[in-house]
Amino acid sequence: MPTSPSPAPVRRRRAQRGLAGAPWMFLGPAITLFTLFMALPIGYAAYLSLRTVKVSGLGLGSGARTEVWAGLENYGRALADSEFLASVGRVGLYGLVLVPTMIVLALLFALLLDSRGARATGFSRISIFLPYAVPAVISSLLWGFLYLPAVSPFYYVFEQLGWDAPTLLSSRWILFAIANIALWGGVGFNMIVIYTALKAIPTDIYEAARIDGATERMIALRIKVPIVLPSLIMTFVFSMIATLQVFAEPVTLRPLTNTISTTWSPLMKVYRDAFTRDDIYSAAATSIIIAAATFILSFGFLRLVQNRAFNQEK
Amino acid sequence: MSDLLDRSAPGTPIAAPSGKGGDRRGRGHDRPSWAATGILLIGALYCLLPVVWVLVASSKSAAELFSTFTFAPSTFLLDNVADLAAYRGGLFWRWMANTALYAGVGALLSTIVSAMAGYGLAKYSFTGKKVVFNTLLAGVLVPAVVLAIPQYLLFAQVGLTNTYWAVLLPSIISPYGIYLARIYAAAAVPDDVVEAARTDGAKELKIFRSIAVPMMAPGLVTVFLFQFVGIWNNYMLPYIMLGDDKLFPLTVGLSGLLNQGASQPAMYTSVITGALLSIIPLIALFLTLQRYWQVDLAAGAVKS
Repeated sequence: MPTSPSPAPVRRRRAQRGLAGAPWMFLGPAITLFTLFMALPIGYAAYLSLRTVKVSGLGLGSGARTEVWAGLENYGRALADSEFLASVGRVGLYGLVLVPTMIVLALLFALLLDSRGARATGFSRISIFLPYAVPAVISSLLWGFLYLPAVSPFYYVFEQLGWDAPTLLSSRWILFAIANIALWGGVGFNMIVIYTALKAIPTDIYEAARIDGATERMIALRIKVPIVLPSLIMTFVFSMIATLQVFAEPVTLRPLTNTISTTWSPLMKVYRDAFTRDDIYSAAATSIIIAAATFILSFGFLRLVQNRAFNQEK
Repeated sequence: MSDLLDRSAPGTPIAAPSGKGGDRRGRGHDRPSWAATGILLIGALYCLLPVVWVLVASSKSAAELFSTFTFAPSTFLLDNVADLAAYRGGLFWRWMANTALYAGVGALLSTIVSAMAGYGLAKYSFTGKKVVFNTLLAGVLVPAVVLAIPQYLLFAQVGLTNTYWAVLLPSIISPYGIYLARIYAAAAVPDDVVEAARTDGAKELKIFRSIAVPMMAPGLVTVFLFQFVGIWNNYMLPYIMLGDDKLFPLTVGLSGLLNQGASQPAMYTSVITGALLSIIPLIALFLTLQRYWQVDLAAGAVKS
């Protein structure tokens, strides 16, 4: 970010002389940990993604398997792999269902919390935010049981009404079943993000609009929504990133249904390649592809953040 | 958002700053809107439904679970807890303690590292600052789960897989925490105060410890909470790193129990009781520290 001019450049420069080591002392632990546990693993994954094992002869004996350079072969294979493409398609559809629903609901709840007529807002706000405290594995477990016909209240209700209930854990509905779990876990968090932005708007703006005869709905749509647009974009991007990485929910649900394959999501495929098939090279290539896609998706967000967040810093 | 940000990742100070803490803007003078209240209550009901269910379901016996009405409570709660507690010599409590260790100690260390780095970035100008910050910020975008496999392979080379370190060490670095801490340090610690202390001859570390940290404290609680939830939510890392079930956190342990339920359905009541017991402390923590999830993001900026 641009370093803004210090208010008292001379005094400040003098004061900071002899402090050259200080910032590095503060940053030392973070840089060390970042290098060891983020930069090094990424570098290692990139290296592995360019390697492969060559089997000579029957593949027996100690010298028969040697690691060699593979160029972009692993990437080519990953991008042409029908299981990978299917998982990307599945998760793409899952994201299309989940992300807009989540953001629209989060915005709706945030606007209602901020509206003048709503009552019991404290209770609603806490209740809707509460699922954020429940880890994905446990929320999948809870919803997983609620999807089982023998346990679920939905089937009971449908039965009483004499309707046919959709089988939620069937291949036709599983995507929505998983999306519902993620929605449940994420909507409250996004609501809080948007609500916090709404609370930061000076109320005089609304007073002026009211005097001009604007209704509460017009104020919400024409004043509040445009002002919180940056938070909306941000929650949207973060939700997209999370969607690409869906892993815990389908893995947890697997024991309850046979419609979730071991390659249901891209990350499940990475896991299977690395640990079930022992093909760490193609697993590494697939991880790099997922990371690259995430980067591309988030790039716009990064620029947004940098421009907005550090203007106050002197 | 699957693992919200996994669930951990998002979050956002950007939206937050420049708030006026005051809420309740003239509420009470207005006519109540039943539609607005009703929609919010439906949302609340949807979010509470699985929580209410797990409370009821953990009071049922294995036979009742699949036969009585979903929300009809029963009287087997204590038996279920006793069964779960007896499972493999109290393994469940061990999982709970492990989770507290991973998330608690991990988040604490992470907060310290983030606070130092954030302060260093916000309060000093030095060559290379921009590069360091941009590199760290890029880390926000690297999905933790993509790191898990290379981390596993590297830990395997130094023989650290299947140890507490394997889950704890990678959890300490949090680019997002550093990013938040930088915002708090910039907003809450005035330059004048730091320079005055310097003029009085205070050492840099001392200024940080006794002046900056107390000023940044509310924001640091938020960093701690984000990281706590993030670690507690990260399923893939312990799932990959750990083979010994004595080292499991609750999440990996419970999903393993659920797997066993496929062959022995009696296990299901233990899974459900375990789910209940594991969300109670978290929800309690959450409700007591609730205000830190919103107010302080704004409060930090008020001082700027």
